[in-house]
Amino acid sequence: MSLVIDIEGLVKSFGRVKALDGLDLQVRPGEVHGFLGPNGAGKTTTIRILLGLLRADGGRVRLLGGDPWADAVALHRRLAYVPGDVTLWPNLTGGEAIDLLGRLRGGLDQRRRAELIERFDLDPSKKGRTYSKGNRQKVALIAALASNVELLLLDEPTAGLDPLMEVVFQDCIAAAKASGVTVLLSSHILAQVEKLCDRISIVRRGRVVQTGTLAELRHLTRTTVEAETVRPVTGLAELPGVHDLAVTGQRVRFAVDAEHLDAAIKALGTFGLASLVCQPPTLEEIMLRHYGDGPSRGDEVTDATMEVAR
Amino acid sequence: MSVATVSVPAPAAPGGPLTGTGVLVRFNLRRDRIALPAWVVGIAAFVLTGPYLYGNLYPTAQDRANQAAVVGANPAMKALTGPGFGVEDYTYGAMLANEYLGFALILVALMTTVTVVRHTRAEEETGRFELVRASAVGRYAHLAAALLTAALASLALGVIVAVGLGTSGVDSLDWPGSLLFGATFPVTGLVFAGVAAVTAQISAYGRAATGLAGAAIGVAYTVRALGDVADNGLSWLSPVGWMQQTRVYVDDRWWPLLLGVVAAVAWLTIAFILVDRRDVGAGLAAPRRGAETGSARLGTAVGFAWRLHRATVVWWSVAIVLLAASYGSVADVIGSYADNESLRQMMASIGGATFVESYLSFICAILALAAAIFAIAAVRRARAEETAGRAEPVLATALSRTRWLAGHVVVALAGGVLLLALGGLGLGLASAATTGESRWIADLLAAQLAYAPALWATTAVAVAAFGLRPRVLWLAWAVLVWSLVAMYLGALLQLPQWLLNLSAYQHIPRLPVAEFTAWPLVVLTLVAAGLVTAGFASFRRRDLDLG
Repeated sequence: MSLVIDIEGLVKSFGRVKALDGLDLQVRPGEVHGFLGPNGAGKTTTIRILLGLLRADGGRVRLLGGDPWADAVALHRRLAYVPGDVTLWPNLTGGEAIDLLGRLRGGLDQRRRAELIERFDLDPSKKGRTYSKGNRQKVALIAALASNVELLLLDEPTAGLDPLMEVVFQDCIAAAKASGVTVLLSSHILAQVEKLCDRISIVRRGRVVQTGTLAELRHLTRTTVEAETVRPVTGLAELPGVHDLAVTGQRVRFAVDAEHLDAAIKALGTFGLASLVCQPPTLEEIMLRHYGDGPSRGDEVTDATMEVAR
Repeated sequence: MSVATVSVPAPAAPGGPLTGTGVLVRFNLRRDRIALPAWVVGIAAFVLTGPYLYGNLYPTAQDRANQAAVVGANPAMKALTGPGFGVEDYTYGAMLANEYLGFALILVALMTTVTVVRHTRAEEETGRFELVRASAVGRYAHLAAALLTAALASLALGVIVAVGLGTSGVDSLDWPGSLLFGATFPVTGLVFAGVAAVTAQISAYGRAATGLAGAAIGVAYTVRALGDVADNGLSWLSPVGWMQQTRVYVDDRWWPLLLGVVAAVAWLTIAFILVDRRDVGAGLAAPRRGAETGSARLGTAVGFAWRLHRATVVWWSVAIVLLAASYGSVADVIGSYADNESLRQMMASIGGATFVESYLSFICAILALAAAIFAIAAVRRARAEETAGRAEPVLATALSRTRWLAGHVVVALAGGVLLLALGGLGLGLASAATTGESRWIADLLAAQLAYAPALWATTAVAVAAFGLRPRVLWLAWAVLVWSLVAMYLGALLQLPQWLLNLSAYQHIPRLPVAEFTAWPLVVLTLVAAGLVTAGFASFRRRDLDLG
């Protein structure tokens, strides 16, 4: 089956600012695809081009087999979108906004609508003006999740939701995935991405710098090894791919590139292992490598800046 | 060593409810560094060109006497300009006071109301207000700072106008009169700043607060017009009327300014009392609950647009009917002006129309311009939907851009025609009731509906700008203001015909005075269609402004 989203070399500039600089992104049918990156990396711009709200300056974009600019209306019937910052109409109630968005998309599942309002604990009779940030987000989420669509484009959809609602959201996405819906999920909440996403693309400065499953991404990053050995360790520093080596008596701690892990552990074994802890990189560590301004691989990342999501 | 004493620092500067006002005033002036100077310079230029133009237009005493006959005795002109003090000896000063002052004061009132709402309720609607109030800023500081900002602007304007007129070198523009002329600006500015300060407490929405204050300006203007036409003292209920009652450059009465000062103090007191009685972010009316589900119509482009504009259309309808009916209610008084033989001859030389006809056709033009304000604002609403981010989720549904915009444009153009019809009916019914001539109903309805192509063409400028270059959407306002100037000053100043022709409204036959001709209406409709098409075509091609 063909790709749901297929982007190659996407370029978009706003005046002199280059928002997207040759971005590639492939989303397969039925997968939940995590779309990660620091603020201003180009995630929202990419999604808006996919929606035909902005026009690409260059590159090739296919969405559900169509052209997102020319076939916008036909494609929009097959997808639902949740922006990261939902603005509602001050004089329309939440319930009216849900129905408006749903109907304009081509119809809502009324039973699911009622169920979602219940689960997300939303009062649909309040006017748009009076909703808090989290409640505005719920309105857009309910409108999207109650639609019968093939694709969900979610741009930081749970910003402002409380942890309880975050759980409801994750359940809903899992259910959508089970029924075959494809999801592009832009998010800063790493636990959410780790839990929901089959594959992840990391964007930085308008390009995708890494893409793959979490396991694959981990493979590209160093594993931290902590061990206690029977005899003092020597000669480890000469091994390829070993970094940040610290030896104190019988205790040793170092980081090693994934492809050299095997050799490093074998070398360690020759000194007699008393204990061994291997820590694969967390998604946070992977992300921090890409969020900062420094070189993206193989460097210290402690000075990296990252917007802490929660 | 003594034990270190831990002391709780006393508040460095104990604050009252006005703490921070000074900082906020500077901040407001910084934010309005373009808008306020533009208002001040624009209004000052409007007033100060008067004496400059007069020398060329009315060089002799006879010219001025002729103008006095046109302006001072014609009820339509009285309704539009002022009570006509000093027409017996119509000096340039009397002319300026009669023909310019009322109009300039309306502009001053608009400037101060817009400024006050912008820095109070509109700010409160966003999260910014909360952020500022959470720092060492007193409860009254925002309101006080907004009022001071507006007061400073109208004071600066008053000084510029007074000095400009005083130094103009024109004989009749003496210093006492010029100072009084200038003094009316800050007084009027403060009265309406006070009105806006109150409306900003009443409504939780900046738009509604501005609308309410704007309605108050409209009422002040209409009351004055009716009072002056009927000469029944009604003008004394209007702040604009008080300022004209100073008889500046004729008798130079200062005491009517006191009425303005008292009114300003009263409004301001009410506003500050209301600030104390409500929560930040809340209006005086508690928010109501609404429907849990959307009606079926909400799912269509026009139904959705209608829902967004509905309340505005209703308020406009009420306002325009009241305005039209009040103008129509003095139609019988207008008839009595015709007893004056010399005036009748003068009117006959102008166009063979009766006083009542010329008055009513003039009112029709005014009402038609008012209806266009609604229509242009409705198109601007589409732009507001876009920039506020509300269009984004809607355009991500199966609603096409064309249909989304069409919804708003249909409401704008059809709503404008609705307002024309209501204005015609209100004016016609009231005129028929007071004069006993039922023909006015059909005649004035037709006269109003004839303006539809002009309204469409003017609104279409906004649609074209929205598609092609939304930043210049203000051009539509400029076109409308020009139409007003062309109608208002065109008659007084004899501007060149090609300049007047830039206004779509100039091409509409002035029913019931003039003969009906269809072709200008057809041409204007085609122009409107062309502009709308261009707007739609380019909107389909451009990026959305999503911030």
